[in-house]
Amino acid sequence: MATLQTRATARLMMSPAVILLFLWMIVPLVMTLYFSFLRYNLLMPGTEEFIGFLNYQYFLTDPAFFTALGNTLMLVGGTLLITVIGGILLAIVLDQPFWGQGIVRLLVIAPFFVMPTVSALVWKNMLMHPVNGLFAWIARSFGFQPIDWFAQLPLFSIILIVAWQWLPFATLILLTALQSLDGEQIEAAEMDGAGALSRFYYLVLPHMSRAITVVILIQTIFLLSVFAEILVTTNGGPGLQTTNITYLIYAQALLQFDVGGASAGGIVAVILANIVAFFLIRLIGKNLER
Amino acid sequence: MARSVTTQRKLTFTILGWAIGLLIFFPILWTFLTSFKTEGTAVATPPQFLFFDWTLENYHEVQSRSDYMKHVTNSVVISVGSTLIGLALAIPAAWAMAFSPTKRTKDVLMWMLSTKMMPPVGVLVPLYLIFRDWGLLDTRLGLVAVLTMINLPIIVWMLYTYFKEIPGEILEAARMDGASLMKEIVYVLTPMAVPGIASTMLLNIILAWNEAFWTLNLTAANAAPLTAFIASYSSPEGLFWAKLSAASTMAIAPILIMGWFSQKQLVRGLTFGAVK
Repeated sequence: MATLQTRATARLMMSPAVILLFLWMIVPLVMTLYFSFLRYNLLMPGTEEFIGFLNYQYFLTDPAFFTALGNTLMLVGGTLLITVIGGILLAIVLDQPFWGQGIVRLLVIAPFFVMPTVSALVWKNMLMHPVNGLFAWIARSFGFQPIDWFAQLPLFSIILIVAWQWLPFATLILLTALQSLDGEQIEAAEMDGAGALSRFYYLVLPHMSRAITVVILIQTIFLLSVFAEILVTTNGGPGLQTTNITYLIYAQALLQFDVGGASAGGIVAVILANIVAFFLIRLIGKNLER
Repeated sequence: MARSVTTQRKLTFTILGWAIGLLIFFPILWTFLTSFKTEGTAVATPPQFLFFDWTLENYHEVQSRSDYMKHVTNSVVISVGSTLIGLALAIPAAWAMAFSPTKRTKDVLMWMLSTKMMPPVGVLVPLYLIFRDWGLLDTRLGLVAVLTMINLPIIVWMLYTYFKEIPGEILEAARMDGASLMKEIVYVLTPMAVPGIASTMLLNIILAWNEAFWTLNLTAANAAPLTAFIASYSSPEGLFWAKLSAASTMAIAPILIMGWFSQKQLVRGLTFGAVK
């Protein structure tokens, strides 16, 4: 029953947010697109010229791009694997009644609130240090050779750190989904003689599937842009072993000052993210209709 | 719902749950403990867990170090500032969408969400250049502006889901009684909306506090918040574990406590209402 007047008011109330967000999105994006067709290096001012798709050609045929793309996929995929499987198991445990449940829940979600630079440095120095780190001490006390994490398994080390940060997110969302599961349904299945595993497979997992999809999609959006963890631990190295697309473009822009090339890379990153976003938006949009 | 829980089962899950919880929390606990050690004890093998000489020296040293307080102030100004401006922009917008929805409301919401999906590197170059040309590099003002915009979609969405839950009948009743739009907002809706606004605020302060792409790329010495300050420990000062731990503990403690208070709202905020 919105009258014409309230509708006008509503539009007025929305406009500041909408206009600012529109400008925020469109202005830099158009600029990136424009720069991506220029030869434009901050170290060589005055040499800007239109070069068509040459930046894209350089960026997409650079071996570094493929390494970075592979690393990005490994980083996203590895982190998703750990957090989704770990999240499901953790959610199931946290859903059981036990003493101190509330406190354990707080302990489990804590890593999510730790700023990326802190978690990366604490893990790198105090846990994964090959000589004085805690992991090295544990390995030695069991008689193993300590792993030099960032030299031997640099990408996996970063995956571990990022997974630690995102496990709470997955757990919390899956736990929320789990708690809305109908207890009587489970009970009925139990009475019909369904074992724990088949109860999980036929009842719990389908019930959680939507939440799992949401976790995967939202995490993917954020994981495509992992940056601080790489910057403070490895600077993308050794070599290019921990350079993801985000870090590659950052290096091209702010370390090599190649505005044109970095812009072309930026557009590629936007396209990659949009593929994921497309599915996420549809999923959430469907939910909105209900 | 009479699922009998045997004591034995409860005990098993108590042990399992606590073991997992402590394992996941351990890096934070370890940082906290290390912050009270001397640099020598911090790197000792075997590691010292509880029985060492506790000292506050690291906290003194980090705080007396040149400009620690400046970074704290930056973090507070940037996270609180961007959240407040974001709320000022988002409250009217979410309000209009929740209470006078049109056919296009859903499209606007989805579009706002889609801006959140844009990877920051996609706009790093132009923003860096704009900031450089406008003298915004390494200023709090610039960071407040950027963080306001990146969190605005989340704020609008969270508020929208909260406002949606306020029954429309109450509004109609107020209108029948002749309340103007202004009165309706101030006396009827605001009291009902305060909890939702408060939790939105809390979550966004947390997100802005921990944001580490723009804060690292757009600041240097002056406007650097704690994320960037801690990053300066990456080398070679990272070797001073006790000081790193003290600085880290101070950087995460306030936000961790806020996070624990807002844990119920976290799911709603971060899934854009897709999971409640």
